Amino acid sequence: MSERRKFRPPRFGSPIFGERGPAEMSEILRYEDWSDPVPAADREVVSRLPDDDAGRPPLLFVPGHGHGAAVFAEHWLGHAAGRGFPSHAVTPRPGGDLRARVHDVVQVAAGLPRRTVLIGHGTGGRVVAGALGRYPARAAVLVAPVLAGRIPPAGRVRLPDPVGGPPMLVVGSPDDSVVTRPALDRAAARYGVAPLLFPGMGHDLMLETSWAEPIDAILDWLLKEL
Amino acid sequence: MQDSPDLGDRGGAVCVIGAGASGLTAVKNLREQGFAVDCYERETSVGGAWNWRHDRSPVYAGAHVISSRPLTEFPDFPMPDTWPDYPHHSQILEYLERYAAHFELGDDIWFGMEVASIEPAGDGRWDVTIRSTGGGSSRVQRYAAVVIANGHNWSPVSPEIPGEFGGQVIHANAYKDPSRLRGRRVLVIGGGNTGCDIAVEAAQHADRVWHSTRRGYWYAPKYLGTRPADQARPRRGPAWWRQWRYRRAAADLTRWGVPAPDHPPFASHPVVNGLLPHYLGHGRIEPVGDVTRYDGAAVELADGRRIEPNLVITATGYRPRFDFAAPELLDTDEHGRPDLHLHTFARRHPTLAVVGLVQPDSGIFPLAHWQSVAVARWLRLRVTDPEKAAAVQREESQRPPASWSRRPVIPTRRHWFEVGHVDYLRAVESLLARMAA
Repeated sequence: MSERRKFRPPRFGSPIFGERGPAEMSEILRYEDWSDPVPAADREVVSRLPDDDAGRPPLLFVPGHGHGAAVFAEHWLGHAAGRGFPSHAVTPRPGGDLRARVHDVVQVAAGLPRRTVLIGHGTGGRVVAGALGRYPARAAVLVAPVLAGRIPPAGRVRLPDPVGGPPMLVVGSPDDSVVTRPALDRAAARYGVAPLLFPGMGHDLMLETSWAEPIDAILDWLLKEL
Repeated sequence: MQDSPDLGDRGGAVCVIGAGASGLTAVKNLREQGFAVDCYERETSVGGAWNWRHDRSPVYAGAHVISSRPLTEFPDFPMPDTWPDYPHHSQILEYLERYAAHFELGDDIWFGMEVASIEPAGDGRWDVTIRSTGGGSSRVQRYAAVVIANGHNWSPVSPEIPGEFGGQVIHANAYKDPSRLRGRRVLVIGGGNTGCDIAVEAAQHADRVWHSTRRGYWYAPKYLGTRPADQARPRRGPAWWRQWRYRRAAADLTRWGVPAPDHPPFASHPVVNGLLPHYLGHGRIEPVGDVTRYDGAAVELADGRRIEPNLVITATGYRPRFDFAAPELLDTDEHGRPDLHLHTFARRHPTLAVVGLVQPDSGIFPLAHWQSVAVARWLRLRVTDPEKAAAVQREESQRPPASWSRRPVIPTRRHWFEVGHVDYLRAVESLLARMAA
């Protein structure tokens, strides 16, 4: 599936009975992770920390296709830090498939001092949805999420049930041309919530001139849930 | 509350005994299911056996885990992927401390407190007597359930060898670092992972090393090529094929006089040590058979040979102990072996469970995690849907042990709790699925 496997040394234990066959991997029997763990990679993490630690949970922003951590560093990270939340954004490893990106998000989240709030935008929402099956997030926010479809990162699209039952929020715009209103409703319904809508905004909510409205709404929701 | 002699009723709260790896994951997963938790820890810090500061900790300076990272970490809190394949014990402690901090488990742990007794109080509830470690005033609190996570590698078992020995004899749990070996003639008794580790350390530091084992074992390497052996090992496919693969990977030490295994692969706990063949091949470790008796300066072996070590280290394992619980609570037999469903659930007390009392062919943390998830969901189900809980209990009680612990193992205390991690986790998964259905 990915490039990295091409360059691996010969595998002594190469299975001959289809260990790598059709993915028969539950959340409990993780054959693939046990026999072929995702290798370490450099991960760019951009952080903005509040002046005082008010004990609030850290936020981890996950960008979608074509974006890096910078897309959140523009406005949202500093704004959230200003409201007392330690804020981080991770740039996914170049060329990583969905499994590698989920791994990267869980690695960064587990490396933070407290249970982390995961916030994914676009296809980053798909990565967050995957990570929720592997890490009991404090809460999760899907911003204009692309949960299915052909846009990279490639990989089996499987939306696991979030472990630890975190509070969920789905945010978007009815005027988003990438994620349509029905797609947004479907994503929200998957998690049993109703989407929080910001009419008039495009897909990249964090870059619009009215970028403050959605992030303030997300932080208000968090303060209410925590 | 702390010094109050009054009976404190903690309502729906659950009591967890021990804040080692198993206790920590029990606290976390019980809290995730909405339970209030009081965890009692006799030491003043977390980490249990992995905390070398604890007087009951069996770790020695050179101890590394013997299962690789993906098979060692908690499934929902990975170790940093930049860590080595086989982390050092100090990293395991750091990992557990970070786990406790990340999930803010410290709020629910009472340090320096030990549980003196647990007694059924009727209606599935428990009276738990708690006191300061080592004595002091005690108090009784009533809980809705008790989860025991007191570990099973802290009460050493020493072999009974007749005769008097002039040199020094210590159990492996008192062995901390190789300085003790320098300039000594060392006899290591025991072919398990600790015995092999100490024999290898002795080979590097002592003047002379004998390694006594009663039977041959399957000695697996830590690496096959450059891959951790437990990652290269197949987990699916026919049993005969997996056995064949294991036989091929295991070291054949008979050339150096080590007995061949008297049992098939997987019938004994895996011994993982890639350096043992190395030092046998260099003549630094001399394999010997069973020790029959001490005779002054000498040690007599089963084949009649006499050797003269001045330090004997017995790496002969540990026994599980539940001093705070009457034997019938855990269906413990006269040898001290409890009989629990899935090595976890007390058969006659639905609100009593043990976490971490397994010996898998992988790391123990993933199993302890899923055990405690199952315990937490079970206790929750009893509250929310007693009828369904009763149905699940009926079904589970009819499952024979062979369905979740399929492997025939050699009948020694070492293998009381031996399970294959795949079969075992499948059984836990099916229990979780039935409770969720």
